[in-house]
Amino acid sequence: MEAFGLLLHGFAVLLTWKTLVLMMVGLVLGIFVGVLPGLGGPNGVAILLPLTFTMDPTSAIVMLSCIYWGALFGGAITSILFNIPGEAWSVATTFDGYPMAQQGRAAEALTAAFTSSFIGSLVAVLLITFLAPMISSFALKFGPPEFFAVYLLTFCSFVGLGREAKHKTVISMSLGLLLAGIGMDTVSGNLRMTFGSPELLRGINFLVAVIGLFGISEILLTMEERLALRGHAAGISLRVVLSVWKDLPKYWVTLLRSSFIGCWLGITPGGAIAASFMGYNLAKRFAKEPESFGKGRIEGVFAPETAAHASGTSALLPMLALGIPGSGTAAILLGGLMVWGLNPGPLLFVEHKDFVWGLIASMYLGNVVGLVLVLTTVPIFASILRVPFAAVAPMIVVSCAIGAYAIQNAMFDIWLMLGFGIVGYVFKKIGIPLAPFTLALVLGNRAEDAFRLSMIGAGGDLKVFWSNGLVGSITTLAIVLLFWPVIDGLLGRVGWRQQDKTATQ
Amino acid sequence: MSQTELEIVVDDPTAPEDDSPSVVSSATVETVVCLLLLALAATLGYDNWRTGASWDATGPEPGYFPFYLAIILGGGSLYGLIAALLARRAVRETFVTRAQARRVMAVFVPTLLFCAATQFLGLYVASFLLIAGFMRVVGKIALWKSLLTAFVFTAIMFVTFDVAFDVIMPKGPLEAALGR
Repeated sequence: MEAFGLLLHGFAVLLTWKTLVLMMVGLVLGIFVGVLPGLGGPNGVAILLPLTFTMDPTSAIVMLSCIYWGALFGGAITSILFNIPGEAWSVATTFDGYPMAQQGRAAEALTAAFTSSFIGSLVAVLLITFLAPMISSFALKFGPPEFFAVYLLTFCSFVGLGREAKHKTVISMSLGLLLAGIGMDTVSGNLRMTFGSPELLRGINFLVAVIGLFGISEILLTMEERLALRGHAAGISLRVVLSVWKDLPKYWVTLLRSSFIGCWLGITPGGAIAASFMGYNLAKRFAKEPESFGKGRIEGVFAPETAAHASGTSALLPMLALGIPGSGTAAILLGGLMVWGLNPGPLLFVEHKDFVWGLIASMYLGNVVGLVLVLTTVPIFASILRVPFAAVAPMIVVSCAIGAYAIQNAMFDIWLMLGFGIVGYVFKKIGIPLAPFTLALVLGNRAEDAFRLSMIGAGGDLKVFWSNGLVGSITTLAIVLLFWPVIDGLLGRVGWRQQDKTATQ
Repeated sequence: MSQTELEIVVDDPTAPEDDSPSVVSSATVETVVCLLLLALAATLGYDNWRTGASWDATGPEPGYFPFYLAIILGGGSLYGLIAALLARRAVRETFVTRAQARRVMAVFVPTLLFCAATQFLGLYVASFLLIAGFMRVVGKIALWKSLLTAFVFTAIMFVTFDVAFDVIMPKGPLEAALGR
């Protein structure tokens, strides 16, 4: 129960007027970002990051994580009212959420979405509260070989388990790792790949790349679409909220199942997209009358929303405990930690107790406040969509530029951001995934340092990665995952596929 | 209860037409991207080989990791290049239509100009020009509305970043004249 005491301490850190105000500001900005077309969780957090540079780390992370919760809540509003999924993971919410809005049950659907988001996040935060300290104290025993093995596992699982064409994942990841290596080599102090340019000496900043890849490219992509929209405006009354909540216990199986799926896929790099679809499909499969799904069934909103939020939240667990982000947004928060001079990983729990527990406490509080806030302010936020995109687009561009410049006070970074915007646009259109690139860019140097430190320790002997049971099994698992498609194919030939097929249906 | 009679309708009169002709196919773009990546991999690979990419007594030299990463990137791009060339004969998927390209350029060109203007005029003047210009020219929004929105937004940014949070943005001649 040590965690409980520390959590209470976290609440004590949090309960100051300043932090509470920042929390509200973060939530409002987050919902705003989630509702606007062409912006979502990762871009929102990346663009608003510079606001927090002059704050102390605890206030900063509280505000940023609230932006994230807000964006998660905001995505549901557009999916249900306008049939426009703000994010890929809210696609499944539109299946039943929009039909409900068409039948005049928009308020009910929104309440269901917000409530299940809340439940999903809560389950994930509970998991973080009790599991993260355990994992991190275990990971304190890790040396460089163990860390490298964990990084390798992360990279390999992306290649082996990703849905995109394998060579595209490899391209994206190796490009990210290469760009991470530009600049001063931290082990030997040598310069690499700078081609004599003083601008490249600093290296390519991760956050600058993210702002370009997600912010600028998203605007370009949004402009390609037809931006006309037609949807329902809805206010939520207390009566609807209470009637939905009264029925909640009926759906406990769905909620629990989706939370579990979400947590699992959030910690492993499966992601919220897979979680929301899986939650939806399983709810449909286990329902008594599956054909009624897609026609406005409330369970069809509960299932994907719970899973998506459980996954989005639990993605922070590996980031806090091991320094490995489980999602794009977690990667950006990780980038933020480094800007404030905090070193993500197991030592965080020892050296910066206030910070970690303040953050975990803010997850609880942020979700409660967020739930109340969205339930009461939906009509205002829905009407944001009336603002023409021609006004929103240049404002987003300006915010991106401010964000990119503020990180290192360099004009070069604004040009770099623009370059990454083009790269992001082209990559998205030809199906090169951006998530491995982001992950590689943020973890590249740490992975290389871990590798070279273990080599120095072991005198250049590769056997160090199989020197004990722990590091050996992680390394082996990584290699198995890398060649998973091949192994899966071989198993299929032997006749194991049958079982697998029924499971995915 | 919910008020479904209240609808929110937003039109998009300049939306790209669905039947607009294709400018370039996805396979062509993929080919070009793979060629560019291949060139990048070769350049970076060569630079790392020069830095030292071998394995000395204490482990890899500084260029070791990036050198082999460059080879992996090169390999991936080469595979992608061949795949794209083969796909070219089979299916023709559109990368971007002419109408879409026009709209994308309508955002990209102003953004490019904005970046250049930031370098010479400072960020705040550039963002005022970008927002007002974009709203007026691309969005066809009334001039006074465009100017007002641009001014208010820029002012909010200035107060938030330069005054309240002490995050200093690039400045130009206007700010110098005003003594900031």
